[in-house]
Amino acid sequence: MLGPIDYSMWFADFLVEIVCVVCLLKKRAFTKHFTIVIYVCSSIAVGVGRYSIMATSGFTSFSYYYFYFYSDALLTICLYFVLMNLYAHVFSEMGVSKLVRGGAMLLLAGTAGISYHMVAMSSDRLVTHFVIELSQNLYFVGVVLTYLLWGAMTKLRENRTHLMQLVLSTGVYFSMFAGSYALDNMYPNTVVWRYVFHLMAMWLPVSWTYTFCKVPEDARMPTARVLVPNR
Amino acid sequence: MIAILIFGISFLTLLQFFVSYCHSLIAESRAYELSEQGREISGVTGRIVRGDQFRRLLQLIAVCPEPGGDSGQVRAVSLYFGLLGLVRVLFGWIEPAVAGWIESERSGCAYLAAVMLDRRIAYNRVLMARQMSAQL
Repeated sequence: MLGPIDYSMWFADFLVEIVCVVCLLKKRAFTKHFTIVIYVCSSIAVGVGRYSIMATSGFTSFSYYYFYFYSDALLTICLYFVLMNLYAHVFSEMGVSKLVRGGAMLLLAGTAGISYHMVAMSSDRLVTHFVIELSQNLYFVGVVLTYLLWGAMTKLRENRTHLMQLVLSTGVYFSMFAGSYALDNMYPNTVVWRYVFHLMAMWLPVSWTYTFCKVPEDARMPTARVLVPNR
Repeated sequence: MIAILIFGISFLTLLQFFVSYCHSLIAESRAYELSEQGREISGVTGRIVRGDQFRRLLQLIAVCPEPGGDSGQVRAVSLYFGLLGLVRVLFGWIEPAVAGWIESERSGCAYLAAVMLDRRIAYNRVLMARQMSAQL
């Protein structure tokens, strides 16, 4: 059963996401960062959906279990689009947005295919396993893609503070989730995970809110100061 | 085996992203000039804030109502500061240059905390002024 800590974390999660959307709309970032708004709105909708299913069917029910993992996979795919949007911003001057979009779709389909193949090879072949496998693999692909993007940004001497902080916070998020999924595989059924996942889920809306509210849109920062600070 | 590999890679990338993210916050705060009132309240003189002032600045931040949006960053930088402390304990004695680098990083964290405190003080002053004008 869920205790007061779970409920308060759930509420805090919901609150930071609402604040993030309000901040994004207030800063008129809707068109420029459309995918971020879509992701945060989807996350709010998923939170409400999870809560209502948990209230009707219970935290340990199969309905909640299925909904949790399917919605998580959908959110990961949304976040994947956020990452593609960041790629498009970084490479905007090169005019390769179509290529980036095509590549992203191919990678997404490839990840889904590999995940399906991994589940089809296993003995129980549960559909739920596919979605968990897909989530895990997408998080890891997300880590690799963010790392490549950050590498490209340092090579291109990207100096937009906004973009740097968005990419780095997305990288932190993907790495945290990929790492915790891997740890969960090694030590399954650990109770602490449900608190850790809630805390980690707050990272993106909190860091995005900070970036959009406190960092001016036209702020610039030499990449070298991030790589080798205090110079 | 694959889980261990994924965990290892994710942990290393997490460290790199997190450290770079904290560096970006610190570098961004360097552009901010502390106000005279902020300096006076936080007890900062000059442009350099010593690393050992970080804890005191955090305590001052905790008693100052927040304008919203920076509490997560305060926590992130506190975590980075703690991480630096751990690195100093583990490796600081091996190479004195490491200790110097850690101190400059801690000083950056302290400057960021001073900037956050300054922003909060400015926000509260504006709120107070508004309240005073509404009462009149």
